[in-house]
Amino acid sequence: MLSRTADHLYWMARYMERAENIARMLDVNHRMSMMPQSQIQEDQAWGATLRIMGLEGAFHERFADITPDNVLEFMIFDDTNPSSIRNCLRAARENGHAVRGTLTSELWETTNATWLRMRDFSREQFFDVGAGEFFEWVKYRSHLSRGVTIGTMLQDESLRFIRIGTFLERADNTARILDVKYQILLPAGEAEGGAADYYQWSALLRSVSAFEVYRKVYRDLITPARVAELLLLRADMPRSLARCMKEVYANLQGVSNAQSAETERQAGELEAQLRFGRIEDIVRGGLHSYTMRLLDRVQSLGNRIADDFLVPVS
Amino acid sequence: MITKNFYNEMTDEAGRIRPHYASYANWLSEMPEERLSQKRAEADALFHRYGITFAVYGENAGTERLIPFDIIPRIIPADEWKTLAAGLRQRVKALNLFIGDIYHEQNILKAGHIPAEQVLNNAQYRKVMQGIDVARDIYAHIAGVDLVRAGAGEYYVLEDNLRVPSGVSYMLENRKMMMRLFPRLFSRYKVAPVDRYPDMLLNMLRSVAPTGVTDPTVVVMTPGAYNSAYFEHAFLAQQMGVELVEGQDMFVKDDHVYMRTTQGPQRVDVIYRRVDDDFIDPLAFRPDSVLGVPGLLRAYQAGGVTVTNAIGGGVADDKSIYPYVPEMIRFYLGEEPILHNVPTSMCRKKEDLAYVLDHLSELVVKEVHGSGGYGMLVGPAASKDEIETFRKILIQHPERYIAQPTLALSNCPTFVESGIAPRHIDLRPFVLSGEEIQLVAGGLTRVALREGSLVVNSSQGGGTKDTWVLEA
Repeated sequence: MLSRTADHLYWMARYMERAENIARMLDVNHRMSMMPQSQIQEDQAWGATLRIMGLEGAFHERFADITPDNVLEFMIFDDTNPSSIRNCLRAARENGHAVRGTLTSELWETTNATWLRMRDFSREQFFDVGAGEFFEWVKYRSHLSRGVTIGTMLQDESLRFIRIGTFLERADNTARILDVKYQILLPAGEAEGGAADYYQWSALLRSVSAFEVYRKVYRDLITPARVAELLLLRADMPRSLARCMKEVYANLQGVSNAQSAETERQAGELEAQLRFGRIEDIVRGGLHSYTMRLLDRVQSLGNRIADDFLVPVS
Repeated sequence: MITKNFYNEMTDEAGRIRPHYASYANWLSEMPEERLSQKRAEADALFHRYGITFAVYGENAGTERLIPFDIIPRIIPADEWKTLAAGLRQRVKALNLFIGDIYHEQNILKAGHIPAEQVLNNAQYRKVMQGIDVARDIYAHIAGVDLVRAGAGEYYVLEDNLRVPSGVSYMLENRKMMMRLFPRLFSRYKVAPVDRYPDMLLNMLRSVAPTGVTDPTVVVMTPGAYNSAYFEHAFLAQQMGVELVEGQDMFVKDDHVYMRTTQGPQRVDVIYRRVDDDFIDPLAFRPDSVLGVPGLLRAYQAGGVTVTNAIGGGVADDKSIYPYVPEMIRFYLGEEPILHNVPTSMCRKKEDLAYVLDHLSELVVKEVHGSGGYGMLVGPAASKDEIETFRKILIQHPERYIAQPTLALSNCPTFVESGIAPRHIDLRPFVLSGEEIQLVAGGLTRVALREGSLVVNSSQGGGTKDTWVLEA
């Protein structure tokens, strides 16, 4: 398979997944903003989202103040922000268009239709339907495209590169979502483990569709360590880092070439560390710094995959 | 314009149905118009769903449109096709000999049949090809020759497209659509099949691989997803089961071309390129091209790869060379041309220019290097102002233009908004040259959908029809 074809498939999947996860991340903030808190705290929470995505500088080139409306505008509609939901859905479609002969017609039509709807989606409509509804729509389009991918694509190299893209992006994004909580301060006078803290953790769980899962797995109170365990180490949780790396590793083995041994080894090493890691050790070493190291490794794995198989990142 | 003076494909001067259309006309007369509308809507929906579209230049990047498909076929009887096919083979054979001659001995110039400066100063003449031998001495591997019918029904060659002719995907898709919409019609007629084309194309491409390559790797090279003919590039690659590559997917090493795959570099032996000469190698031609492969020309000159159609072949299909094609046939083959050329005035000649300026309202004036129907004047359809504007341009740059009589393009019944009405058509058969010269019995029939219009280009509101060549 042409490297460029693999590259387009991989990025098509990454952008679709990114759109979904940005919707999820914004949704955490959106949910948290409905809880009683001061304006400063709310603005600070929106600022944290930008920081986590590494988009603070780009944001301030477009807007002076961090306000909910400005951040939503920037993260959903802004054409200058490569990670705005609109640009992600466009990029997913453009990548799909470049290799439409490789996609099943259902997958192409789904990807195309998602972009066409987003393109015609006005800010007025956004405020009409409400942020929550919009984020739901993005998630459902992503679910649909994933379902169509698995339900219609031949299980060959094409599918493997799509899966690698999906799970590598998701690994990155879940780690960032987990870190949102670290960046958000508790309202003054609120104690860790108090009501506000609880709401923040539950909002975070809901944003990755893990609230019910948490209850089912732990049948207990929500504690930070367990949330972290669920999102990092539980391989049965579909959005966890452990699950993502398991998928990345398995799919990488399926496309292995003459120069990819080291990339596979690094993916396997990361997967094994997540599989055998203990949350107590991670918490003891500091969750935030652990997450940051994870993000670095996921990113470097992405670069290695590009060098070995795709169009190298220049 | 009065349609009575045009040759009608279905009916003769007395209004009688021509024999080869009799059965179809019968069927059509029993077909209620609502049913035809319904079938047309069905065809549109299917073309949309399959994404059989073309991108339009000058509009927003990524804008895609359907080429309107007309559900009434154009029918060509077996004996008529036989003559056409013989004429096309003859013409393409001579054109290939001409290009080979120009890039080697230039005998035809030495013999004085064509003014040397006409050829050697032509922008399409590539000096870098001088003395270069190509596989099987074939240059124009795929030719899309445009034919029209005028007067009492005789065929004329309008142009020889020898660079990157497009449209063959519509020939194939139109047939599939007709068979899907009207399966029973095909039991009334013995229509020659066209679906072998991708197979013939692949065979031809494999047959012109560099010497010594026994199992050649063929690719289709596209400028990318925004090109107007991208659908066709993807379609042909898929039908032949070969990779669709862009310039950036390939590189040159030691005079061989490789493509980058997920399993490492893979050698490429034959490139069916749909990229113009100018853009194919930034080291040899336009340095700003991002569509090409640096060093491709060098590898090609060294015989490490075959490029189809050959670089430099455009020298034979330029509008200023066109008038000499009958001469080429006589010179190289010692035969009389089977197909007519349209009588052409070359404005670079003083006496021709004077004639053209006197008859602007009757003539079609075309740009020599133009394509797509943009830089032309259709005299009979032009306003006085348009004619005067063009006159000034002509006087300033006569060498850029040729002129031809306004051909009374034949009409074919077409299902338009107002019902079934005659519309002007042309025909583009595709001729493949490799080990032998081959063509499938058929082609792309383009139809000018606007009443009275003679411009069939899809960029100017043209549509297409299925073309039925009948078997004897």
